Amino acid sequence: MNIIIIGAGKVGVTLASQLSREGHEITVVDSDSDHVSSAVSSADVQGIVGNGTSHATQLSAGIEAADLMIAVTGSDETSLLSCLMAKKAGNCRTIARVRNPEYYADIAFIKEELGLSMAINPEIEAAAYIYRLIQIPSALDVESFAKGRINLIRFEIPRGSFLDGIKIKTINQHFKQNMLICAVEEGDRVFIPNGETVLHSGSKISVIAPLHEVRNVTEKAGIKTKPIRSVMIAGGGNISYYLAATLIRSGLRVKILELNKSRCEELSVLLPEAVIIHGDASDRNLLLEEGIETTDAFVALTGIDEENIMLSLYANKVSRAKLITKISKITFEEVVRELSVGTIVYPKQITARLIAGYIRAIQNSMGSNVDTLYKLVDGKVEALEFKVNSSAVKDGLVDVPLMDLNLKPDLLVCAIVRGKKIITPGGKDTFKVGDKVIVVTTTIGLNDLRDILK
Amino acid sequence: MNFGIIGYVIGVAVCVESIAMIFPLIVSLIYNDGNSTIFLICALLFGIIGGIVAKRKPKSTSFYAREGFVTVALCWVTVSLIGAIPFFASGEIPSFTDSLFEIISGFTTTGASILTNVEGLSESMLFWRSFSHWIGGMGILVFILTVLPAADGQNIYLMRIESPGPVVDKFVPKVQKTAMFLYGSYLLLTLTQLIFLLFGKMPLLDALCITFGTAGTGGFGILNDSAASYSPYIQWVITVFMLLFGVNFNFYFLIFTRRLRQAFAIDEVKCYFGIFFVASAIIFANLCFTQTPFGGIREVFFQVSSVMTSTGYSSTDFNLWPQLSKAVLVMIMFTGACAGSTGGGMKVSRFMIYFKTFTKEIRHLVHPRSVKVLKTDGKPIEHDTIRIVNVYLCAYIFVFCASLLIILLDNFDFTTSFTAVATTLNNIGPGLEMVGPAGSFAQFSHLSKFVFMFDMLAGRLEIFPMILLFLPATWRRQ
Repeated sequence: MNIIIIGAGKVGVTLASQLSREGHEITVVDSDSDHVSSAVSSADVQGIVGNGTSHATQLSAGIEAADLMIAVTGSDETSLLSCLMAKKAGNCRTIARVRNPEYYADIAFIKEELGLSMAINPEIEAAAYIYRLIQIPSALDVESFAKGRINLIRFEIPRGSFLDGIKIKTINQHFKQNMLICAVEEGDRVFIPNGETVLHSGSKISVIAPLHEVRNVTEKAGIKTKPIRSVMIAGGGNISYYLAATLIRSGLRVKILELNKSRCEELSVLLPEAVIIHGDASDRNLLLEEGIETTDAFVALTGIDEENIMLSLYANKVSRAKLITKISKITFEEVVRELSVGTIVYPKQITARLIAGYIRAIQNSMGSNVDTLYKLVDGKVEALEFKVNSSAVKDGLVDVPLMDLNLKPDLLVCAIVRGKKIITPGGKDTFKVGDKVIVVTTTIGLNDLRDILK
Repeated sequence: MNFGIIGYVIGVAVCVESIAMIFPLIVSLIYNDGNSTIFLICALLFGIIGGIVAKRKPKSTSFYAREGFVTVALCWVTVSLIGAIPFFASGEIPSFTDSLFEIISGFTTTGASILTNVEGLSESMLFWRSFSHWIGGMGILVFILTVLPAADGQNIYLMRIESPGPVVDKFVPKVQKTAMFLYGSYLLLTLTQLIFLLFGKMPLLDALCITFGTAGTGGFGILNDSAASYSPYIQWVITVFMLLFGVNFNFYFLIFTRRLRQAFAIDEVKCYFGIFFVASAIIFANLCFTQTPFGGIREVFFQVSSVMTSTGYSSTDFNLWPQLSKAVLVMIMFTGACAGSTGGGMKVSRFMIYFKTFTKEIRHLVHPRSVKVLKTDGKPIEHDTIRIVNVYLCAYIFVFCASLLIILLDNFDFTTSFTAVATTLNNIGPGLEMVGPAGSFAQFSHLSKFVFMFDMLAGRLEIFPMILLFLPATWRRQ
């Protein structure tokens, strides 16, 4: 697809390089020539220096031939105006990032009136993601499929777990429900396991399980967690606000530490049930005083990445809380991953992933067959959701037992969604027209269900 | 420095060259001139060597500007060393230095020759010489980019460094598609010229060689008198196509995508044709008034477009022209063709920036607080661009002076030495006096020939890659 991205900031560049690698033709527009040149030298994209809202700039970026325009500039007004202009000039689909809560409150109206295809609020998305992590404290990572009915949970096998040294095909004797291991990470190596694979403690595994089964699974695996009742949040930004609001709604106790007095007052008006502490979160004594040692979860959401890392390291030292660390800017993922800072949340990647997912869905209506796509484990593994349509009958995929299909290696059919039923497939199960099929693979770039065959 | 990926790219380039050698092999088989074994062995040998080198996929694909410069420079040196082997092995050019000079002159689209009797070469060697112009014109790495899957955006470094001009941009978002468009339009224009020449009853091999020389703006002729003995029709065809290949390929892209108004609004293209007509007018008037016998406007147009686009064909010995005309020719050697074309020289767009900076600074002397942003095509020019264009001029002058001083060791007259350096550094071909259209570079010493080779490569790759190649800091481990 021809895609124009207005705004070459963190999200813009992440999106540009991801979408370009997926084969789209990307043009990046930004008024700052340094931003444009760094985008052009880091990804195979075209760069245009200019004001993205101006008609002339949009024309020179090729708006007339564009299929989609994504506005991720620093200001909501600019983004919305560029979308409006693009809609009139090119009649393309438009996606805008809207962060201001006041606009986002009326987002349905704005979407309707400006003809936006998608409006995305990165803070709300990040908060929703963190909320899911808090719900399942034993998991390092949670991805959901089939509108949230299937979850892919990633966790580390603890020392002394019965999973240590076990062959995968013998696992299901220990569980009531079928548990399917989709991916195994041993150090830097990531692979799709088969029945003969032996698990070891210290490796991270991704497992498909229904939400209510998750605790059962992880507990059996030897991860001792208690449900989270209290959450301490360092930093009182927008993500903190959205997160606190959802947490309070589900009955958790929330404490927010914020340095800015007036922001504290604002938060206290918005979140009357939360405890708002005015103080510096990097003050060790304050953290101890507010009970960092006893909190169930600690979420570092200050505006400074280094401070977030430091705070989580400290929390890891003094407490047994579930840790979540937000990182917005620094790019030393390999290093940060090694630190004991719990689950790391990259808001820019969440935004980029959602938009990329939406683009998959558009392509879906344009011929490709992928409903949703998730990049797991640093993009080394893809989880895809396919629809089984009539063309799959021709390919000989329907009504054939899975064990008779000549599937690619490094590929696993994880779930079949048939109406309201979710099937964890075994060798005798078959695809039927209308099913949704979830596949996990290390082969990147599958486009159609028939691609799962050799 | 990521040596793995540099080796990989060079390996692919060697493979591409070995494939290119199949064409002279075919010519050799058709004319049965006895060189088929040489080309067959070269093609096989380097195909295998390149294949082995390129088969080892580099561990890390990190590729930055420094790797880009080194890759491009080393690539051109390697390809030239290999390309010289057929000349030397066949014995048609007895010295390896001369063979190397000849092929570098070919790949860099210079067209300067150490041969005094071109007609003595066999058909396949003539073809290989001219074909090297065509390969070098658009660039071997740009060709590789059309086939190499673009992993990330870093391929743009290769394209930027190999394509001439101060600012190199993609026409479309993907490097690969841009490279494909460049080669596509290059091929199309080449075929068009070939058809026109065949229409003028030129034999196929001659037409191919002349077309390659024009397309790459190279200038190796296949006759001792270059283009003088061709019919007026053929001379007109060559004149027009030389001019066309000197135009920024962005122009063709805009025409191809039906943005005619934008295409004809490119400042550089307007300026390029402006310089062409003004230079032609001056020379025409000068020739008329000094009453030198000459062949009319066709002769003037031919010489001017040949020198300005850095092709270097000649339909007359312009060494015999009056002083003013010769001076104008030497000057347009320096301006050269458009950026983003196959032509050489310092490029019209750079001169436009020099002229604009000059007028801006003069105005600044009168109004010290005036603020003026320089523009091309209605868009402001980046300060970085202006800076690098100015530094380019300095680097150019340094290389020029250093080369000239070394050349003068041979103690030839100043005009010969000066124009010899100018003609190699600007990738033109003929100069004046001894290196004029009727002369050759044969008499120079080996040292001078190596200096010329450096100049030709430096001119084609726009100075910096070749300087970086010899800079210790480039190779030092950080």
